[in-house]
Amino acid sequence: MTEERSGANILVESLVKQGVEFVFGYPGGAVLPIYDALFGDERLRHILVRHEAGAAHAAEGYARSTGKPGVVLVTSGPGATNAITGIADAFMDSIPLVIITGQVPTALIGSDAFQEADTVGISRHCTKHNYLVKDPAELAGIIDEAFQIATSGRPGPVLIDIPKDVQIASAAWNDAPAQRRQRYSPRTEGTADEIAQAVELLAKAKAPVFYTGGGVINSGPRATALLRELQARTGAPVTSTLMGLGAFPADHADWLGMLGMHGTYEANLAMNQADLIVCVGARFDDRVTGRLDAFAPNSTKIHIDIDRASINKTVRVDLPIIGDCATVLDQILTLWGDRKGQDLAPWKARVEEWRGKKSLSFPLSKKAIMPQLAVQRLFELTRDKDPVISTEVGQHQMWAAQYFHFFGPNKWLTSGGLGTMGYGLPAAIGAQLGNPDSLVIDIAGDASIQMNIQELGTATQYRLPVKIFILNNEWMGMVRQWQELTYESRYSQSYSDSLPDFVKLAEAYGWKGIRIENESQLDAGIQEMIDYDGPVIVDCLVAKESNCFPMIPSGAAHTEMILYGDTVAGTMDDEAKALV
Amino acid sequence: MMHIKQEAEERHVLTITVDNEAGILAKIAGLFTARGYNIDSLTVADITENHAVSRITIVTHGPPSQIDQIHAQLERLVPVHKVVDLTEVGPHVARELALIKVAGLGEKRVEALRLADIFRAKAVDTTTGSFIFELTGAPDKIDTFVQLMRDLGLVEVGRTGIVAMIRGPHEA
Repeated sequence: MTEERSGANILVESLVKQGVEFVFGYPGGAVLPIYDALFGDERLRHILVRHEAGAAHAAEGYARSTGKPGVVLVTSGPGATNAITGIADAFMDSIPLVIITGQVPTALIGSDAFQEADTVGISRHCTKHNYLVKDPAELAGIIDEAFQIATSGRPGPVLIDIPKDVQIASAAWNDAPAQRRQRYSPRTEGTADEIAQAVELLAKAKAPVFYTGGGVINSGPRATALLRELQARTGAPVTSTLMGLGAFPADHADWLGMLGMHGTYEANLAMNQADLIVCVGARFDDRVTGRLDAFAPNSTKIHIDIDRASINKTVRVDLPIIGDCATVLDQILTLWGDRKGQDLAPWKARVEEWRGKKSLSFPLSKKAIMPQLAVQRLFELTRDKDPVISTEVGQHQMWAAQYFHFFGPNKWLTSGGLGTMGYGLPAAIGAQLGNPDSLVIDIAGDASIQMNIQELGTATQYRLPVKIFILNNEWMGMVRQWQELTYESRYSQSYSDSLPDFVKLAEAYGWKGIRIENESQLDAGIQEMIDYDGPVIVDCLVAKESNCFPMIPSGAAHTEMILYGDTVAGTMDDEAKALV
Repeated sequence: MMHIKQEAEERHVLTITVDNEAGILAKIAGLFTARGYNIDSLTVADITENHAVSRITIVTHGPPSQIDQIHAQLERLVPVHKVVDLTEVGPHVARELALIKVAGLGEKRVEALRLADIFRAKAVDTTTGSFIFELTGAPDKIDTFVQLMRDLGLVEVGRTGIVAMIRGPHEA
């Protein structure tokens, strides 16, 4: 049936048709027609955030924890610019989002109208694609294509900018599926020849390692299952990037832990000494490779990635396979059959030697709670609940990656590529909405948590029992650590002065506040947090100047890791300082 | 002390077929700036009857690994249909159009006209004291002609940047 409907109405109907459950948003002048169309509509649940950055991160948390696209609705000008950080974050970490922004009426575009910003221009290089809609008749088709682009190929954010007059003007609407332009169809399968070569390389490798990333999670639970199956049949040890944690179970005998700058000794040494690296859905990020000319010098490299632009971007590989992780893993498994690879016992014996370094061990302190211990206890006491963990960015994030362990995908939400402080709380809110029965914890730092602290109100409003576990060391810990290691402990602006009383702050927002001041209170405090049926902030006071080790200093190779107890020079040459 | 390192560079001609939609040129030019790639010249015009598809020709230079990245990054843009690296594909024809204004009297004016004839440049505007020459050809031919005109009263030059196409009967 065809009828005339307003642009705003067509938008709402199209979102419903896409199966959208939640819209994370904030109203304003240029989206009033859309908010009016949403009024009283029970098919979509609008989540009112407190700042538009919160909307984008909440949508990311929802998307990352459910595998479904997150939807954001904000107004023109500042509404859109505030959301940009979250959009750029989703672009870097390949998170599917559809962002609807209001725009000033078509006739006023370019006139510096009130709350006008060139949203399409500003978001051009941090979205996978974007649109300025000039005719309501195009809306249904554009929204349909936007969801397709956001969720297929390498996922990412897609923005639709809708001028206010286009929201009000009407166009024909019918219930039939929108006419889709078939212009976006990324390659998903490896060729028979590529698969045959991969199987041959795997079969003759004496020291293989799987290096997996966020692409395995993005590809869906099937990719995780297939990775485990291929590992079981080949026996190769597995390491993962920050974004890929959870794709392989952390209690598996062949799990090496995370690799890279703060990865384990065994993971980095295995990468350095491997004769075959199978990269599955990772992108040889600078945080992973360390110094490029010393990265995995004697290995043959297979790179499975859905994005052709990720191939040979920083590290040249021998066998690129462009395709979806699950599809390609399935192809490899099928051809592998019940083949037997080389005897990996000597290789695994070397791995065990490196494991013997116990690179994650840390000294306990009588005076203060070691932050690593706090994360370990949090993990032990929540393990049976299979929680969803989000983080902010900094030392606490790395400690969470090192000492919290994951056994399945979609449980670990962190800002990897962009490294956005303030991601964790809104992401936890989005994850809690998508997983109402799960225990959702934001592991935070005292500095990061303040970057989107206003979202406490959002959790209160929607009765979300989100937990925030702050490792409070009164520093921007990672900045302080780098200043200690590279600038001879000149702590320029990294001290967290004038911190709020987090317990009182929690109470002011209607949350429960718990303070943990010493080790004897640690387990009880965590338990009290778990048992409380509502949102909780735990202010866990930890040792103030702990460093996050192991660490590959900037500009160093995988073999040059700093472990606890090593002497550190406290300075670096300019070449190393200039690296990110 | 730290110094910025330089890598050996190559010059490549790319043709890009794109949906002719608002912002596409900004998207492509912006990709080059955002990722630190070079544009030596860029031409664009729509090439289909219904104005739906445009062809962009970009001349760029950079290390080989960067040229490969440029290719891949362009291909991943949704409105981009096809990217062809003509320098990789093989022999191709590259042509550029230039308008060259020369002012002068007497022997210089005669010499300018004589050289224009040798280069098969066409005078498309004349006053008693000046010419505008239109010249089409490979970029180095235009370079040479412009160089010769410097001594003969060159006033200004406008160049289109090259358009290029693979040789032979097929589409690249």
